[in-house]
Amino acid sequence: MADVDVRLVNVTKKFGDQTAVDGITLDVSDGEFFTLLGPSGCGKTTTLRMIGGFEQPTSGLIELKGEDVTFLPAHERDVNTVFQSYALFPHLTIFENVAFGLRRSGIKGDEVTSRVGEALELVQLIGYEKRKPAQLSGGQAQRVALARALVNRPAVLLLDEPLGALDLKLRKQMGIELKRIQREVSITFIYVTHDQEEAMTMSDRIAVMNKGHYEQLAGPETLYERPTTRFVASFVGASNLLEGKIGSDGESWTVTLPSGDVVRAPKSLGDIGTGGAIGVRPEKLTLLEPGQESKGNRLDGTVVDTSYLGVLTQYTVEGAGGLRLLVSEQNVDRTTRSDTWRPGERVALTWKPEHGFVVGDSKSA
Amino acid sequence: MLRWLGRNALRAYTGLALVYLLLPIFIVALFSFNDPVGKTNYTWVGFTLSHWANLFAIPGLLDSVVVSLRIAFISTLAATTLGTLAALALVRYQFRGRPATSLFIFLPLATPEIILGASLLTLFVAIGQPPFFPLNEFTILIAHITFNISYVIVTVRARLSGFDRRLEEASADLGADGWQTFWRVTFPLILPGIAAASLLAFSLSIDDFVITNFTAGRTTTFPMFVWGSARVGVPPQVNAIGTIFFVVAVSAVAIGSFLQRRRA
Ligand SMILES: Nc1ncnc2c1ncn2[C@@H]1O[C@H](COP(=O)(O)OP(=O)(O)OP(=O)(O)O)[C@@H](O)[C@H]1O
Ligand SMILES: [Mg+2]
Repeated sequence: MADVDVRLVNVTKKFGDQTAVDGITLDVSDGEFFTLLGPSGCGKTTTLRMIGGFEQPTSGLIELKGEDVTFLPAHERDVNTVFQSYALFPHLTIFENVAFGLRRSGIKGDEVTSRVGEALELVQLIGYEKRKPAQLSGGQAQRVALARALVNRPAVLLLDEPLGALDLKLRKQMGIELKRIQREVSITFIYVTHDQEEAMTMSDRIAVMNKGHYEQLAGPETLYERPTTRFVASFVGASNLLEGKIGSDGESWTVTLPSGDVVRAPKSLGDIGTGGAIGVRPEKLTLLEPGQESKGNRLDGTVVDTSYLGVLTQYTVEGAGGLRLLVSEQNVDRTTRSDTWRPGERVALTWKPEHGFVVGDSKSA
Repeated sequence: MLRWLGRNALRAYTGLALVYLLLPIFIVALFSFNDPVGKTNYTWVGFTLSHWANLFAIPGLLDSVVVSLRIAFISTLAATTLGTLAALALVRYQFRGRPATSLFIFLPLATPEIILGASLLTLFVAIGQPPFFPLNEFTILIAHITFNISYVIVTVRARLSGFDRRLEEASADLGADGWQTFWRVTFPLILPGIAAASLLAFSLSIDDFVITNFTAGRTTTFPMFVWGSARVGVPPQVNAIGTIFFVVAVSAVAIGSFLQRRRA
């Protein structure tokens, strides 16, 4: 286990009587790409701003490299930020923007020139030194903001939705570049986004936030395969949640649906608590003819909608009692098979119990 | 056809408006080259450069110009400094009495000059009968700073409210303390606003007559000199000085906007 770089202990921030951040405790390790993921207004920016020193916690403790910095002003912290709006200084050239932090720490002359050069090379902006920020495209401005922060070789880099203003294609491209740079400089990144795809592709670990706290903290794979709350299950990827009467049968949890059907999931997948549910991802479901034999969980229904998405086809199946389930199938046989499922057809849905997941009691009700 | 008319009517109208605005100034400048007969300088007699050559031949004229310039410089400097700091405080901080302060700032702008002048006179007299608080250049200065602060605050505040605070956070993030952030980020960015404010303050101070007249005591500023001499006939030198003021002011504004355009 690498050293802990950033530690938050029970950090709470209130604005008036509104709680923006509600008792967050987490450790971020040295060199990690750590992401705060969550919907708008869940407190991501506020959390980041407290780490950066722009906001003081109402209560709780923040440590950087083992040192308590809870009330240390921003300019004394070994942390740099890439702001969502970039916040480049409009009156300074790109060179002076990038050199700003170096000059503040008393570095002079040739060292400034060479380090700014290195930083601009890293973000592939050599030759732009003399321009003003207004003469850059959004993607270039974002890279200058990154260079301006990285050139100081901070212990931790905070990034607040740095790709938010870019179009989809540039965003993907910059995402890959960010990840490359992070590997190259091996600085701890704390990254804020509301885009789950972005979070999944770049992060080592993700904290999925909701209403001021995080519901689950795990690697991308675990978050997808084993979400532990309803919120995480529906925020990260698509999910089918099966709600009903909870029971126990040997090594399995059982949920008796309103229709009377019973679905199962192994207890080893997690604790269902008293108000949890069993879930299953759309691609783990298999569609069968109503008469076909199957093992494991099985529900009957009617196809009500299909949409062709290239790589896969997505079906909406309505079961007994109005239960709607999403199913996706790879289009491997599409070119040779003519009998795809059509709206109105009766089908059976099956999946292995161990392919599902179990969500527990909702933390925020 | 209608289009042609529309475009050219606008041009003609603009031209007329400019002529209307500039004609009096042109006449003032022209008559500084006049060679009048007698004391009044209202009819064109002949061309001469002698008033420009003997600019300060009129007794008291030079003194009054010097007094006016001194008051304008000092009151501009003081009002710009105090007004900028006040604008920063009003935009940046929440404090008790902030709404009231915002209101009071508008009072000198909204009050008729004659009321402001009379009330300042009352104040100075009430503070202490001469010679404890004599009316002189110093009281004029106080009066000018008083109304100029309001103009500076309003101008600088407009510039500040469009200011992106995140730039200051970015500066702090990069290791600059409050002082460095102010001088390296905030100040350069609001400088055009401060410059505009000080130009305004300077021009308001140098041609103020009403308030100055109330608070001057026996001091004579340039506008007061002109007023005084108008009763017996304004000498052409006054026209010459007025022309100089006008040219300097227009150049200052032109240079200012040129610099600002190059910066952007
Ligand atoms: N300075 C402030 N004063 C009052 N309330 C605030 C302030 N800053 C944030 N909040 C509130 O705190 C909550 C969390 O805000 P925050 O900016 O951290 O959200 P976020 O997760 O970054 O959202 P987004 O994805 O939209 O940026 C919001 O409800 C917001 O209205
Ligand atoms: Mg935010």
